Amino acid sequence: MSTTENGDQVATRPEPVAAHAASENPEDARTLLSVENLKMYFPVKSSGLIHRKVGDVQAVDGVSFEVKAGGSLGLVGESGCGKSTTGRLITRLYEPTAGHIRFEGEDIASVPERKLKPLRREIQMIFQDPYTSLNPRHTVGSIIGTPLRIHNVVPEKQVLPRVKELLEIVGLNPEHYNRFPNEFSGGQRQRIGIARALTLNPKLLVADEPVSALDVSIQAQVINLLQDIQREFGVAFLFIAHDLAIVRHFCPEVAVMYLGKIVEIGDRDSIYNQPRHPYTQALLSAVPDVKQAAVGGRRERIQLEGDVPSPINPPSGCRFRTRCPIAQDICARLEPPLLQIGKKHKVACHFPGALGQHPNEPLTAGMLGVDHQGNPDPGASPSPDLTDKPGYDDTWFDLDTRTFGRA
Amino acid sequence: MSATTQSGPAPRQAGTSEPLLVVEDLKVHFPTSDGVVKAVDGLSYSVERGKTLGIVGESGSGKSVSSSAIMGLFHGSNAQLGGQIRVDGTDVLQLSEKEMRGLRGREVSMIFQDPLSALHPYYTVGAQIVEAYRVHHDVSKKVARKRAIEMLDRVGIPQPDQRVDSYPHQFSGGMRQRAMIAMGLVNDPSLLIADEPTTALDVTVQAQILDLLQDLQREFNSAVIIITHDLGVVAEMTDDTLVMYAGRGVEYGPTKEILTHPEMPYTWGLLSSVPDVVGDTSAKLIPIPGNPPSLLNAPSGCAFHPRCTHRDKVPGDLCTTTLPELVPGNRSMGHLKRCHLADPEAIYQTEILPEIAPDLVDEER
Repeated sequence: MSTTENGDQVATRPEPVAAHAASENPEDARTLLSVENLKMYFPVKSSGLIHRKVGDVQAVDGVSFEVKAGGSLGLVGESGCGKSTTGRLITRLYEPTAGHIRFEGEDIASVPERKLKPLRREIQMIFQDPYTSLNPRHTVGSIIGTPLRIHNVVPEKQVLPRVKELLEIVGLNPEHYNRFPNEFSGGQRQRIGIARALTLNPKLLVADEPVSALDVSIQAQVINLLQDIQREFGVAFLFIAHDLAIVRHFCPEVAVMYLGKIVEIGDRDSIYNQPRHPYTQALLSAVPDVKQAAVGGRRERIQLEGDVPSPINPPSGCRFRTRCPIAQDICARLEPPLLQIGKKHKVACHFPGALGQHPNEPLTAGMLGVDHQGNPDPGASPSPDLTDKPGYDDTWFDLDTRTFGRA
Repeated sequence: MSATTQSGPAPRQAGTSEPLLVVEDLKVHFPTSDGVVKAVDGLSYSVERGKTLGIVGESGSGKSVSSSAIMGLFHGSNAQLGGQIRVDGTDVLQLSEKEMRGLRGREVSMIFQDPLSALHPYYTVGAQIVEAYRVHHDVSKKVARKRAIEMLDRVGIPQPDQRVDSYPHQFSGGMRQRAMIAMGLVNDPSLLIADEPTTALDVTVQAQILDLLQDLQREFNSAVIIITHDLGVVAEMTDDTLVMYAGRGVEYGPTKEILTHPEMPYTWGLLSSVPDVVGDTSAKLIPIPGNPPSLLNAPSGCAFHPRCTHRDKVPGDLCTTTLPELVPGNRSMGHLKRCHLADPEAIYQTEILPEIAPDLVDEER
């Protein structure tokens, strides 16, 4: 699709529409963010006078992924799966319990608070609720201009022109810099939040449910704006959302989280067309579909029983096993490794397979050095091919031949 | 199709032939110091027993206000109400607050969006269900408690005999919504209004709750109104659909008709602004430009005209001056639309469908 080809249609459309291709990750881009084995445990204190620690909320428990420069990774999952915590860890709003966050090669996981200021210029965040994330007593000009002043980016005289420029970029009237947030609608406020995040020309934007508080017709406006910004400024996105359709639309790579862990990660096509984890399959089948109107009635779906267990006391072994339709003994004993099963596709399941074709024997038993029930097998030793490194290897485990190999 | 889809419910004598719920020319106006907010302005629809109506629209389109009016929640407020709401032949708007209380929760009951704020935090879930039951049934606490346990069991709460004594905060989001449904259904209402019943829930839990609602409806043969902004929920759950904009119905008819052959530009906008899980990712989302209008002084003529991209296809300045009637379109008598466009089906097939579902175009032809 070329610019000129589509340029003609622009005039008739309601919004300026540039040439549009599916958002793809740049093929040879360098790795901007590399997260390895990241953990965040929030202590749970007992009540009473002496607050003794009685446990941990294991909000994020060992996640690894990469974001390419100018690319976008979507994090999806149900509430409490740790996707927002992951976003807040990367912006260093929390200090992680363990693990590494490498931003442009530098580990920022344990940089002390006072040395974080330069980092804030590079990584910015867009929040879910445009009503509580803007200070009601500050004008829009002051909200967007403050980062410029704090970081001394431009002389005081140039702050206002830059603010107006940013307002224009996000599609607001630049003359409205003197207004207060309450004079704007929800969609407009979200645009203000986006302008604030863009002020310092960040390389990475963490968007935590950026559209879920907006009306459907406004959601599309904001999604289009974010895509335009990504194309124009080459910003990388960590896009956190629970809406599978929106994530699919926005992100060429998607990670599915469940109870603090990534259960499946891969490019868009792998996750949405060839999901191999029973949770991803259930999640996808649960989305109500507009096209069902032509048929009537409800779509066939995989029913998950019950609710997500508490992250204070997560199930042993595979965390999804309590709701999993295909769980066996090994699932309670051993946690499945995040196994690469395609060029850009990893899955954490003992029985990975297409819907209805999950294997009867755990494929991971040999690699983990155990028998099919998960008991240690003295004859076998854990495979060196298993890693919890972020990114993808050149070799992977092929589900059909059941061997490690190259494409 | 049933009588639900007749063009504009004509005034009739209350009788067995009338649908369970008939809303006729309903108006809910709120006088404020800035002027009158016309939250609902001339809304008509009907729902039969055993049928489900979906009401779709953006925030501020009047979908929640109209259902609050059915529940009689504006009795004693300064809202100005007009038109008729007949539940089983009784005009709800003419009832006194005392008579209304006899109807509310027994004939008509409601499930709210946010179960945490709709349940009282100081009372156990069981106590709240027992109260709802004893208001309408003269029974002992013991009998009512048994009934509450029975209802909790029916909506799929595990160990209902123990959980009946739990407080709302001890329940998860999905369980709270189940408890709300149990409370709503404890008196076997003939009409159940679910206001965004699954918006606060995760998708897998949403699927459970929608299945439950459908099972219960079949079992109790009640009429259900589902208010939502999720067209997927509408497609899978409802028989009829009413699309609301700025306090009025703009498109109304059988769900299959509305979602496969919509005739109103606002409905097109709703359909094209949501991505779906199987569509083409290179397609750009086509948002509805602008923002929903203020109901304080709604736009002249068709309220949607400032955001409508098909206005130039209507001759003259009809859109800005004249409010179109909600009348049957070209397709069938049961499919009503409020739009001046002469041949919306042609525009939909040639301009809209290729944008939202290119793969469907060939099949349709």
